[in-house]
Amino acid sequence: MATDRLDTDRVDAAPAEGTEDLEAFRMRARAWLADNMPPLQETLTPHQLMLQDEMGTRARELQRILFDGGFAGLCFPKEYGGQGLTRAHQAAFTHESAPYEMPLVLNVPTFSILAPTLLDFGTEEQKRAHIPKIISGEEMWVQFLSEPSGGSDLASLVTRATRDGDVFILNGSKIWSSGAFRADYALCLARTEWHVPKHRGLTCFIVKIHQPGIEVQQIKMVNGSSEFCQEFFDDVAIPAENVVGEVNDGWTVATRLLYHERDAVGGGSPYTSGVFGGRGEHGSGRTDLIDLARATGRTGDSHVRQLVAESRANDLVGAQLISRVTKGISTGKFPGPAGSLHRLYAATNAERHQDIALELAGAGAGAWAEGDLAGEKGIEFLSRQSGSLGGGSNEMQRNIISERILGMPREYAADKDKPFDEVRHNASPSRPR
Amino acid sequence: MDLELTEDQELFRETTAKFLERTSPLSTVREWAEKEPAGFPADWWRQGAGLGWTSLLVSEDDGGGSVSGHGLLDLVIVAEEMGRGVAPGPLLPVNVVAAALSEYGTQDQRDRYLPDLLSGEAIASWCLTEKGAPGLPSGVGLQATRRGADFVLTGRKGPVEAGAEAEFFVVAALVDGEPTQFLVDADAPGVTVTRAEGLDLVRRFAMVELDDVVLPAAAVLGEAGAGAPQIERLFELAVALECASMAGVIDRVLSFTMEYSFDRYSFGRPLASYQALKHRFADMKLWTEASLATALAAARSVDAKSERAFEFVSVAKSYIGDRAPLILQDCVQLHGGIGVTWDHDLHLYIRRVVQDRALFGTPYDHRERIAQALRLEESHGH
Repeated sequence: MATDRLDTDRVDAAPAEGTEDLEAFRMRARAWLADNMPPLQETLTPHQLMLQDEMGTRARELQRILFDGGFAGLCFPKEYGGQGLTRAHQAAFTHESAPYEMPLVLNVPTFSILAPTLLDFGTEEQKRAHIPKIISGEEMWVQFLSEPSGGSDLASLVTRATRDGDVFILNGSKIWSSGAFRADYALCLARTEWHVPKHRGLTCFIVKIHQPGIEVQQIKMVNGSSEFCQEFFDDVAIPAENVVGEVNDGWTVATRLLYHERDAVGGGSPYTSGVFGGRGEHGSGRTDLIDLARATGRTGDSHVRQLVAESRANDLVGAQLISRVTKGISTGKFPGPAGSLHRLYAATNAERHQDIALELAGAGAGAWAEGDLAGEKGIEFLSRQSGSLGGGSNEMQRNIISERILGMPREYAADKDKPFDEVRHNASPSRPR
Repeated sequence: MDLELTEDQELFRETTAKFLERTSPLSTVREWAEKEPAGFPADWWRQGAGLGWTSLLVSEDDGGGSVSGHGLLDLVIVAEEMGRGVAPGPLLPVNVVAAALSEYGTQDQRDRYLPDLLSGEAIASWCLTEKGAPGLPSGVGLQATRRGADFVLTGRKGPVEAGAEAEFFVVAALVDGEPTQFLVDADAPGVTVTRAEGLDLVRRFAMVELDDVVLPAAAVLGEAGAGAPQIERLFELAVALECASMAGVIDRVLSFTMEYSFDRYSFGRPLASYQALKHRFADMKLWTEASLATALAAARSVDAKSERAFEFVSVAKSYIGDRAPLILQDCVQLHGGIGVTWDHDLHLYIRRVVQDRALFGTPYDHRERIAQALRLEESHGH
């Protein structure tokens, strides 16, 4: 795969002639934000705001304001409705946007995973039809990749797309798509050829989500959220012009999508705008543990100070690692899979962060008065492993790092080079009624 | 290593690495450990000085000069390479003192002390550490009392790197309770230097006793009572160098441990083919890259005299100081029994890393500094 010629690689090319000076841009953004974006209120955190906006209606409105002001899609190419600016411009904008309400729900997966993949492999028509609408907030996207029959072994998927004249007929089921109930389109990976090894019989499609034959069910998670969905496809007709990349070469597209996903989950994507942490007196970065230590009245306790500081150090090192890996990949000094480094860092740091939060919360993590910060930490702990599972489990990242960065021997695979229909695999579940 | 070295810096790195490989391979380091009292021959250090090891933090007016215009970013290249080769030499103390003179010294002080320091003829060291809060700016307690126009210093400093080799010291003390730094000649009356034990095979340390040492006002660095920002600045330089050194060590050790895992077979397979071990290597690779990243970020913040330097050096030191010894011990585990023998080189690296971790603030100490940077109230409650 000639990844060096993909559209998204342009983001790290030298800035185009006439690109606005960074400081001038920062000043212009600061003034524009103050005039146009609603300030964050003390009472609700960005995360709580996002939960309130279940259908993303508010987010789409906010994105439209950004779009009309010329501050949407900063790192997307101008020809598709973006601004063609650099990572540094986006970072400056994110920093400046911290005191304002931002459409954060659009960042992942729409902006940072699906749009970049479409940019890399979509046809000119597909890109012109969708990317400007994504940047303006009109379209939200998700990925239809994982299936109930398998998580880490993505290429063993069994959702079937059968060619029938000008259309493909889709049958099967997808799972773990985040926010599919409110999204408009998906990139869906399905099996189009069964008599070849698993990676060579897959095709990637653009699928309109809300249409006859597709049922979306929300899945209730341990923390009470219902963001994740499962979809069931029942003879869904997909026009052949919705194929992204080549027929039976969907794995190439999926590999790139996963690359963007690792970047997004690890925090290295140039296509996100705004952050949850906000910006306090300590620069951008989350301050929940400081708030927790204060709320529990234990900031003078040396053990508490150690834990808060450890978490702070872990967060800063994570940001420094992203800069290093991003620079390494863009200069060719690191291979593309190096994105697994900050993906694994972010996940293991999230686990540690949860452990520290639980310790700081003390008794309040078990039972609490309504609204107590400590109680939130108890509930958050229930989803401690989320970051270590989504976007390829930590174990998969460790395989990638050891095999594709360090060059160690690949794990034995019983299905290697065998036609998929001769390989033992799990069946697709039938739809619950 | 910095992924954004300039061409000149890359050349400088190669020159330094080649010089170290040629003149002080590990077999030589072991030899010098036995027979060189200073840990290295004097001529070797002079050659290093010729390559620029002593002059990067000194202004051109004072006979110094950097490679890139960012002296500390050049110097951490040397520190990292010295970590890779567990090289001897008073890189840290000499450069801290050189920076102190260049940034705060009077013309007379600079004329008197800098030329020999830069040429490698003289060695000098920084006396910060005392009992109490060892290795931290907050731990300075040595009293300097006024006697007429003079100052009289009494107290004990140590461990001081290259203390027995040093011809003079920058000594951190208190005048009327306020931090103040002095230039003290090693042969001044009342100064007693005693060699100390040390974990590293070729880095030497000493204890420095000051008993009624009388110094003129001209020995004060900057102004009496105005030493606190100096001490913080020198401390940040020292920590940035330690972090680069540790990052160099783990990068090198991980690299040869990986080679070993490809070459070593058990049950008919290379160690590198076992998933249980591959995953440990993946973690160590992650921690090593994170260490290199944070060491560089710390150095950049100190080089830029950024207000974030206070926190960034402590982030780097606490992270690397925690990870590096664990990485090395896991590399011992992956080597098997050979890893705990004297003849294997692993212990040379462990000695170096443990020493870097211990001096100028442990990870615990640095996390407390981070807590201070976050303005966590030290008294309870609201």
